[in-house]
Amino acid sequence: MAAYRYDYEVITQWITPGERVLDLGCGDGSLLKHLMEVRQVQGYGVENDPEKLLACVRNGVNVVQANMDEGLSDFEDGFFDHVIMSLSLQAMHNTQGILAEMLRVGHEAVVSFPNFGYWRHRQSILNGRMPVSESLPHQWFNTPNVRFFTIADFEALCEINGIAIRERLAFDEGQLVKDEANFLASVAVYRLGRN
Amino acid sequence: MIQAQSVGVVTPQTAHFATPLPLRSGGVLPSYDLVYETYGTLNAARSNAVLVCHALSGSHHVAGRYADTPDNIGWWDNLVGPGKPLDTRKFFVIGVNNLGGCYGTTGPVSINPATGKPWGAAFPFVTVEDWVDAQARLADLLGIERFAAVVGGSLGGMQALSWTLQYPERVGHAAVIASAPKLTAQNIAFNEVARQAILTDPDFHGGNYYEHGVVPARGLKLARMVGHITYLSDDSMGEKFGRSLRHGKAVYSYDVEFEIESYLRYQGDKFAGYFDANTYLLTTKALDYYDPAFAHGGNLAAALAGASADFLVVSFTTDWRFSPARSREIVYALLHNQRNVSYAEIDCAAGHDSFLLDEPHYHAVLSAWFDRIKV
Repeated sequence: MAAYRYDYEVITQWITPGERVLDLGCGDGSLLKHLMEVRQVQGYGVENDPEKLLACVRNGVNVVQANMDEGLSDFEDGFFDHVIMSLSLQAMHNTQGILAEMLRVGHEAVVSFPNFGYWRHRQSILNGRMPVSESLPHQWFNTPNVRFFTIADFEALCEINGIAIRERLAFDEGQLVKDEANFLASVAVYRLGRN
Repeated sequence: MIQAQSVGVVTPQTAHFATPLPLRSGGVLPSYDLVYETYGTLNAARSNAVLVCHALSGSHHVAGRYADTPDNIGWWDNLVGPGKPLDTRKFFVIGVNNLGGCYGTTGPVSINPATGKPWGAAFPFVTVEDWVDAQARLADLLGIERFAAVVGGSLGGMQALSWTLQYPERVGHAAVIASAPKLTAQNIAFNEVARQAILTDPDFHGGNYYEHGVVPARGLKLARMVGHITYLSDDSMGEKFGRSLRHGKAVYSYDVEFEIESYLRYQGDKFAGYFDANTYLLTTKALDYYDPAFAHGGNLAAALAGASADFLVVSFTTDWRFSPARSREIVYALLHNQRNVSYAEIDCAAGHDSFLLDEPHYHAVLSAWFDRIKV
């Protein structure tokens, strides 16, 4: 779980105390629990995996079972200050749909994902094998990921969909990357909005 | 973690209330009895009480068994007991038979003090809200100012929800299971078929069958058969009975041929042997009338604005009588009001009846939720 922590810290910095927060694919609820403790957020998680949902209940985190690939139609426009999707976007089929939904129900979206353009991943492909790393821990045959994209791909998609990138932080296995993020960063974290 | 146990032998108690109870229907119950059972021990702070609300055919007998009829096990015995999800080592659990019932609580079968005869058709209409009012008076009597939780499935879930609206300051947590914020037209339709079966039974006598020494057993049986169909899923019925033929082939008769016919007839006869037809009528009407959003122009979020409890909402994937979509209405209306709420949609094949089963994931969620409740 170490891979999660540094994007948690970035996300926490972007949350103002007392916000309403929705965490899509919230796992065991540890990010929400953290945000409840240090930012006193009114937080809700969305999860469709029964075991993870159970873990959220055990953690005392609000969790709503729903299939995000079917959209967020039960959530109201602009209800949340931030809608978070931490390291789950690459596991969603309807990438454009969920991004649009996040920015419909939230004033801002926070998205983090593993960068398939990371140099170690490129090297792995050059060597003829699909990348397996800290940020991409699964084998090609058992990965929950269904979309394989780079930082450059994601930013091009935001451009096409009129999504404003308000902030981006990129990391190489936990270390902040300043330059050449698409090559040197394994994970990117974005703060997104609509202009 | 100890091995889950039964609460053992239990004894129902009766509380008498001499203060008249005004009812939503305009009627008044001058005095009444509520039959109830308790499990576990009320702590010194009186902060560990959990009320379990029953559904259509349920009763105060939630857990344990009776000394004289050991086979009569409480209807939610798999949930309530030492080491069970609703753990009686931690909680003081109360089950109460609702007004209009036929298990000892004042109902149509009881003697109307004004006439000296059974209430019968004269028993006033009672609503979910009236039941909650009566339950609150029982709580007063037991010295419980605030419930740690109020819990119920189906019609019981409606009571749990209603508690959080009628007495928000008296409910810490509410579990609303396999329930709905109001019935759909289709759901009312099933109830109406059940009622017509009873009302048109020649032995019904306008509801005053007691004085004729008969019961509308055929009507009640039919009502129960219709109900049972809707409590099961197509899959579970198919799995249990399929098209199994008692004689292995068609014998061209109206006697039992398909096993599902045998099952429904058996369930219907059994039910008609112990349940009161007037109670069935009253209870299905209480179900139909329940609609907290009605007074708010149909806006459920506005109706739930006054609730302050922390909620758990649970539905079952194959429940078509109280479908997951209906539970989601409650969840998102609570979310609109920024209430603490969690929602689990349990994958279980047994339809509406799932809420009575001990499906492992379902019980794990309930265990986790009850464990978080501080008393």
